[in-house]
Amino acid sequence: MSVRRLHPEQPKNFAFTPENEAWAAATIAKYPPGKQASAVIPLLMRAQEQHKNWLPEPAIRHVAEKLGMAYIRVYEVATFYTQFQLGPVGTTAHVQVCGTTPCMLRGAEGLKDVCRKKIHTDQFHLSADGAFSWEEVECAGTCANAPMVQIFADTYEDLTPELLEKVIDGYARGTPPKPGSQIGRKASSPAGGFTALTDPALYDGSTLGGWQHRLAEIDAKSALTAAASASATAPEKKP
Amino acid sequence: MALHDRDRIFRNIYGVHDVSLVGAQKRGTWDGTAAFIKRGPDWIVNEVKASGLRGRGGAGFPTGLKWSFMPKADPRPSYLVINADESEPGSCKDREIMRHDPHLLVEGALLAAFAMRAHTCFIYVRGEFIREREALQRAVDEAYAAKLIGKNNSNGWDFDIVVHHGAGAYICGEETAMLESLEGKKGQPRMKPPFPANVGLYGAPTTVNNVESIAVAGEILRRGAAWFSGLGKPNNTGTKLFQISGHVTKPCVVEEEMGIPLKELLEKHCGGVRGGWSNLLAVIPGGSSMPMINEADCQTLTLDFDTLSKLKSGMGTAAVIVMDKSTDIIAAIRRLAYFYKHESCGQCTPCREGTGWLWRILSRMEAGHASKSEIDLLFDVTKQIEGHTICALGEAAAWPVQGLLRNFRPVIEARIDQFTEKRRAAE
Ligand SMILES: Cc1cc2nc3c(=O)[nH]c(=O)nc-3n(C[C@H](O)[C@H](O)[C@H](O)COP(=O)(O)O)c2cc1C
Ligand code: SF4
Ligand code: FES
Repeated sequence: MSVRRLHPEQPKNFAFTPENEAWAAATIAKYPPGKQASAVIPLLMRAQEQHKNWLPEPAIRHVAEKLGMAYIRVYEVATFYTQFQLGPVGTTAHVQVCGTTPCMLRGAEGLKDVCRKKIHTDQFHLSADGAFSWEEVECAGTCANAPMVQIFADTYEDLTPELLEKVIDGYARGTPPKPGSQIGRKASSPAGGFTALTDPALYDGSTLGGWQHRLAEIDAKSALTAAASASATAPEKKP
Repeated sequence: MALHDRDRIFRNIYGVHDVSLVGAQKRGTWDGTAAFIKRGPDWIVNEVKASGLRGRGGAGFPTGLKWSFMPKADPRPSYLVINADESEPGSCKDREIMRHDPHLLVEGALLAAFAMRAHTCFIYVRGEFIREREALQRAVDEAYAAKLIGKNNSNGWDFDIVVHHGAGAYICGEETAMLESLEGKKGQPRMKPPFPANVGLYGAPTTVNNVESIAVAGEILRRGAAWFSGLGKPNNTGTKLFQISGHVTKPCVVEEEMGIPLKELLEKHCGGVRGGWSNLLAVIPGGSSMPMINEADCQTLTLDFDTLSKLKSGMGTAAVIVMDKSTDIIAAIRRLAYFYKHESCGQCTPCREGTGWLWRILSRMEAGHASKSEIDLLFDVTKQIEGHTICALGEAAAWPVQGLLRNFRPVIEARIDQFTEKRRAAE
C-alpha cells in the first residue's frame, strides 16, 4: 500500500468541457440503471486528461456530484488507484519507467538513471522547464519487451539508456518516435524472425468451414444411436 | 513435440495481419458461431469440459466446470466478467490478444455468456492498457455493426459487451476485488463465501474468467474437444500462450503446447538462455507469484500445471522469467517483495504489515546487513502471511521469498559473511 495525499495547491474549480460532459453521459449510460457509480474510474480518468494529466480536488468533487456518490467514496477511489496523478506532471511527457523484476533484469535501472539525469533527480518532480516528470511504476504488462517506459497512452519498449534518451529528446522536439519496440521487432515476436505462424494456409481462408464436417459427423452418429435404440427391444449397452 | 501452425489458435498474435473483422473472419473467427449457439448452452459447457481447458488466469480451475456452477434459472440477471487486468509481473499475453486478435475474445465472450445464460459481459482492462482498450473497443463496435452481438443479432442470443477499465491496481485482478472496482469502489477483495456465482457483480450471479480462457472457446468448438484435449498432456491439455522475459537472447510471446519442456521452449523460440544453457541460474515459471525453480530442476522441467505444482511452484499465467548467472537473486526477489508491498490493498494486517517486513529484511540481506538468524525470521514472516489473509495476494507475496530461501540460502549467508567481514576489517 502506498499512502497518497492530495496536492497542497489546488485550483478553485473544475467542470467538464461540453464534449467531456456528453462523453460522461454516454459512459454512465453503459451501466445498469442505478449503478452509475460504476463509471467513477472512467470519469475521474477523463477529468485527469482534461486537467493537464493530473487530478485536482475540485474534479473529485465534480465527479462525486455527477454520480450522486458521497465525496469520501470518490476521494477513496482517487487515492487508491495509482494511475491517478494527485499532483502536477510534465506537460510534454510524464515518463513512467517500469522497475519490476522482469524489466530490472534487462536494465531498468539504467533507464531510471537517464530520467534522473535528464528530468530530475527525484521522481514526481517537474523538470526545470516544467515539461517533463518521471516516476517508477510497477509491471506494465509488456515484460517480453522489457525494459520499457510508458508515456501517457503509449509504450516504448526494448529500450536501452541511449534509446530512452532519443525518446525523451523526441518528445522535447515535438516529434516523438513511433511507439512500440525501439529495436524494430514486430510486437512481442522473437527478434530476428518468426519461429511460429509462418504457414500461409492460416491466412488464405482455407481453414474455414471445417466445423461443418465435424458437427455433421456428430449428428450422423447420434442419429444412428437413436435409430438403433428405437429398433432394439432392450436398450443397448454402450461398450 | 512440435506444435503445428494450424493448431495455433492465436493466428495474429504479432499483429502483422489484418486486425479488423474482415481479417479475423478470414482466419476463422466467427466461423460457425451461430451453429454452436443453436446446439444450446449445455452442449457448449460439455464441449469445454471435455476439452480439459483449465483457466489461463493463474489458478487453473477447469473452465467448463466453472461455467456449470452458474444458476440455470434465477430471476436476477447473470453476468460474465472478463479479467483483462493482466498485472502479474512477467505476464503480457492478454495484451496481445486484445490488440491483435480481439475478435477471438469478442466471439468467445458471446459463446461463454450464452453457455451461462448471461446477456451482459464486462471486460475489465487494466488502466495502463490504453491502446489495447481502444483496439478491443474497435472490435466490439465492429461486432455490433455487423450484428454479431447486440439485440437481435445474427447469432441468436441477445448480448452486450461493456469495455471497462481500471486505474493501476494489481489487486483488481483478484476476482472479487475486480467486482468491487467495477461497482465503483476501492478494489478490496471480498470474503468468500458467498462465491461470485451466487453473489457477484451487483449482487447477481457472476463468473470471472481470464481473457485467454475465453478467447480459446470459439476454436475449441470449431475443432472439437478431442482436438484440444489431444494437445498437451492429460489434465494439462491444449495450447498456451507462453511469455518469456528476462535473460534469454530473444524474449517473446509464443503459443505452444502445454507441457512443453522449458529447454525446448527457450531454444526453439527465444534463442536460448543468454550465454548458453549452462549459464542458467533459475526461472520463475508462472509469473512473479510462483516460487522459482532452480537450475537442477530446470534440466528436465516441463511446463504444465501438474509438474510445476509437484515442484512446489505453479504454472500461473505461463509467464517464464529467466535469470542467468549474472543475476543478483536476492535483489530480484527483493524487487518482487517491493511489488507486493506496493500492491497490497491493506485490509488484512498480515499482508499489509508483512509485505513491508519482507521487503525491508530482503533489502538489508541484499546488502548483507543482516544476521543469519534473520533468515529463519524471514521464513517465519512468510508463514505468518500465508493462509492468514482474505485473498491470495498474501500467498503471492510469501511464495517467491520461500522459493528464494529454499534454493539460495547459502547465497544469503555468504552475502552476510562478506558484509560482516568488511565491517570487521574497517574497524
Ligand atoms: C492478487 C491476484 C491478482 C490476480 N490477477 C489476475 C489477472 O491479472 N488476470 C487474471 O486473469 N487473473 C488474475 N487473478 C486470478 C483471478 O482471481 C481469477 O482466478 C481468474 O481471473 C479466473 O479466470 P480463469 O478461471 O479463466 O483463470 C489474480 C488473483 C489474485 C489473487
Ligand atoms: S491479502 Fe493483502 S491484498 Fe488480499 S485482501 Fe488482504 S490485504 Fe488485501
Ligand atoms: S516488469 Fe516491466 S513490463 Fe512487466
